[in-house]
Amino acid sequence: MPTIDPEAVVGSRITNQSLSRWLHSLPGVDKVGLEARTASLGTRSIKTASKAWALDMAIQMMDLTTLEGADTKERVRSLCLKAITPDPTDLTTPQPAAICVYGDMVKHAKEALGKNKIHVAAVATAFPSGRASLPVKIADTKDAVNAGADEIDMVIDRGAFLSGNYLEVYKQILAVKAACLRKDGTRAHLKVILETGELETYDNIRRASYLAMLAGPDFIKTSTGKVSVNATLPITLLMLQAVKDWFDQTKIQIGVKPAGGIRTAKDAIKYLVVVKETAGEKWLTPKYFRFGASSLLNDVLMQRQKLTTGHYSGRDYVSVD
Amino acid sequence: MFDYSPAPESKDLVKFQASYGHFIGGKFTKPANTFSTINPATEQVLAEISHGTAKDVDSAVKAARTAYEKTWSKLDGATRGKYLYRIARIIQERSRELAVAETLNNGKPIRETRDADIPLVASWFFYYAGWADKLDYAGLGANPKAHGVVSQIVPWNFPLMMLAWKIAPALAAGNTVVLKPAETTPLTALLFAEICQQAELPDGVVNIVTGFGDTGAMMVGHPDVNKIAFTGSTDVGRIIAKQIAGTDKKATLELGGKAANIVFEDAALDQAVEGIVNGIFFNQGHVCCAGSRLLVQESVQDVVIKKLKARMENIRLGDPMDKNTDIGAINSKEQLTKIDRLVKQGVKEGGEAWAPSCVIPKNGFWYAPTIITGVSPANTVVREEIFGPVLSVMTFRTPAEAVAKANNSQYGLSAGVWSEKGSRILKMADQLNAGVVWANTFNQFDPASPFGGFKESGYGREGGRHGLLSYLKGSN
Amino acid sequence: MRLEVKKTYKLFIGGKFPRSESGRVYIVNNHKGVFLANVAKASRKDVRDSVVVARSAQSSWAGATPYNRGQILYRIAEMLEGRREQFVAEIRELTGKSEKQANQEVDSAIDSWVWHAGWTDKIDAVAGNMNPVAGPFFNISTNQPTGVVAAFAPQDTSLVGLVNTIAPAIVSGNSVIAISSETLPICAVTLAEVLETSDLPGGVVNILTGNASELGSWLASHLDVNAIDLEGTSNAAELEMLAAENLKRVIRKGSYSRNAAQGSLQHILDLMETKTVWHPKGH
Repeated sequence: MPTIDPEAVVGSRITNQSLSRWLHSLPGVDKVGLEARTASLGTRSIKTASKAWALDMAIQMMDLTTLEGADTKERVRSLCLKAITPDPTDLTTPQPAAICVYGDMVKHAKEALGKNKIHVAAVATAFPSGRASLPVKIADTKDAVNAGADEIDMVIDRGAFLSGNYLEVYKQILAVKAACLRKDGTRAHLKVILETGELETYDNIRRASYLAMLAGPDFIKTSTGKVSVNATLPITLLMLQAVKDWFDQTKIQIGVKPAGGIRTAKDAIKYLVVVKETAGEKWLTPKYFRFGASSLLNDVLMQRQKLTTGHYSGRDYVSVD
Repeated sequence: MFDYSPAPESKDLVKFQASYGHFIGGKFTKPANTFSTINPATEQVLAEISHGTAKDVDSAVKAARTAYEKTWSKLDGATRGKYLYRIARIIQERSRELAVAETLNNGKPIRETRDADIPLVASWFFYYAGWADKLDYAGLGANPKAHGVVSQIVPWNFPLMMLAWKIAPALAAGNTVVLKPAETTPLTALLFAEICQQAELPDGVVNIVTGFGDTGAMMVGHPDVNKIAFTGSTDVGRIIAKQIAGTDKKATLELGGKAANIVFEDAALDQAVEGIVNGIFFNQGHVCCAGSRLLVQESVQDVVIKKLKARMENIRLGDPMDKNTDIGAINSKEQLTKIDRLVKQGVKEGGEAWAPSCVIPKNGFWYAPTIITGVSPANTVVREEIFGPVLSVMTFRTPAEAVAKANNSQYGLSAGVWSEKGSRILKMADQLNAGVVWANTFNQFDPASPFGGFKESGYGREGGRHGLLSYLKGSN
Repeated sequence: MRLEVKKTYKLFIGGKFPRSESGRVYIVNNHKGVFLANVAKASRKDVRDSVVVARSAQSSWAGATPYNRGQILYRIAEMLEGRREQFVAEIRELTGKSEKQANQEVDSAIDSWVWHAGWTDKIDAVAGNMNPVAGPFFNISTNQPTGVVAAFAPQDTSLVGLVNTIAPAIVSGNSVIAISSETLPICAVTLAEVLETSDLPGGVVNILTGNASELGSWLASHLDVNAIDLEGTSNAAELEMLAAENLKRVIRKGSYSRNAAQGSLQHILDLMETKTVWHPKGH
């Protein structure tokens, strides 16, 4: 697996000052231009065979999610069974990539999924706010890893980022990445959530993307899904541009996961178009692109049913999870 | 692999008649003296069109004059405005049909006609409808008068949109018109004539005469015409200016361009690359204000060209009726020949031409999006308007050098500036000799925004309050 | 003989038709003195609720493109034209006007909407401009809507006066709380129905029927109202005094004619603020 030398990328020893200089030297983002490009990609018309391919890929890219205070063993088990058999009327339906739950639900998910290939992703680091001391956040991570989580979705410290303490943000990611190492030498897969809704500006989102990528995660992720503005197409396009440029610069391929607010198959297909026409085909695989979603699955299933049967489906023909 | 399946819009949305006469005095004349108009993507004939004679032009001007004297000049502004509002509404109602018609006759992608051309047509009529009863505010004092009868000649690159830019302000100001669409793209103008009938526009207020350059020359030369409005090549604009010299006829001319698109090292690079692509490849580069010269600051030349080439690989060239097509057909064999000749000249003079690999359809006229690097202000492809999807690339070191190179042209229609620094943008805007400066964007059009050129790009403005002025007496 | 279904006359707040929270109504008779309807009598709490709703709707109305606002105002004219017979009948029933006079009033109301619709995207072309300051600065003045407007329609017309009170306020992106004529409220409610079917976002126009004097002081003293149009009031000077508390912009009674088929640009500008922006120019 290729690795980078962060000091070589930044051009000097890693200090808050050098990080600041590096991040602020990145090209700016024009909001109107970015949103216009995204809107134009949104007019792509994806029909017939390409639509069928996109719907299946969208399912395979899903991290089927439940992150509620009220989650219980049975709730998690029910969601896992849905992931194993998304559409009982059509057993050719592919399975999602992962189930995403809170750390203390990981053991229930692992048990319910059994030998299925579906991963268990756990949110960690005092999700969603990230407002806790680093030791607490590391303990949160270790708990989830020890319970068997295949993937960890961490949150960055937005307070530190917005007050210019980039070194703190960076160090926390490195610490969580270290906490993902298992005793047998393997490691849990790491996604870094930027919480783009709180960063607000596209310039901030580009900088946060680069700061996160410097620490060497597997994925950068838009949101927790718990704030008022979650994933959007322009934000995702911007992050895809970042990972593409990063790959050109370092040969390291990092994935992107938009999460929260993606409810319809139509939306999901728009995201796939954006992936294809920004980062490119290399990212059109669950290994490098995921959807963080819950109600999206049923809408995709209904669209899938329509392609097969030729008529519109309804709520009664897809299962509640 | 995520390949987009064909996503064709339905041709059945529009039905052309087999042949068309002219639209004079509220009625269609019998087709006569006909020639074919084709779909440049397939070379299929769409309809037979009449070639306007001296008699046809005279008939049309008479109808316009009668309508002006007896009807149109006697209506109050509010009533004129209401006719224009009706026309705007009907355009909105028939917008999909008009988009398909324009794509079939012009060759530009359905996505563009649907999302750009036709909405602008509607909004142009809406905007000027609201001026008709507010002429006291145009800036020429109270109660300004119209010129009378106006001859209008529009080009083939945005047929219906150019028609809207001409007719809407002319009627709002109280004039009556005789309009000639380009010989290769007459169909949407003829559909517009039907819309005038549906709106119950009084006979003779709008007249459409189809034909070639000779028909246009007769419209310009007719003694009972008070004003000319022309959009087209600088060569023809020059002829018109000479034709009316010494007469009382007023003219506004929208001519050619060779715009510089200037990218500074502190630009938002990804959006700048989009702006470059949009600037020269939108509408197959058949745009007078196209950003056909890229002036990139030398320090970011490599990264910009690299990103530009990667972006160009995603451009989809093909069937204009497919909703996913980005670049459609070149409008005619003549234009294709010209583009090809100029690019070959550019390579001969030492430039390097590059295009992404595109599958070119068998029938029809097509040219892949192309960039020519290694050229300088002395080269033909940098000086001459190609009017195709071809970008000439040069570098600069300082703002002063960018300004000098950008202004070094007989044209002065538009310019683009890409930088995140506000004071630099505003200073550039002051120094660039162009009628439209787009900063951090390109090819933006709005009926409220005046558009027009300096130098040999013509004179007069279209859009906004300024666009109204040229249709009123007391202004040029 | 078929028995008519009679209409209920309620307030128009936030795009909905509630009764007055006070539960009060007042009787409106036709020009012959015969009972016509029990019309909702707005209270100070209705005023309070209207201001909240108007404030909440204002920023996205102002944020719509001028083109979009023009489209909506034009659609209002379309809807008015489509229902002209109803308005003519109501005016005649209420005032005893002849068919010709009633039609003239409706013509003027519709045409005035059309006139106003055409201004949305032209105000700055006429009343905004670059300023040629003596220095290397880009300097521009533009006009933006003042915010929430309280407006009292003239007491003596059913429709055209109300139209010429509401339209100039909302053209530029203000939201408005309009108090209709007390004795001629019927067309105001029908107008509210027209507004509701015209894609106008809820809360941009709120219409309250009732007693202007009772409601006047609450609106004039309300600190979250930015401007007040005193045309239909009987105690204008007193209200202007109250309005001074937060320096509301005031349109005094008699400033503008309200019966014509067009309005006044100055009336529109009275409900806007000029903003001037400077930016240096230099490499």
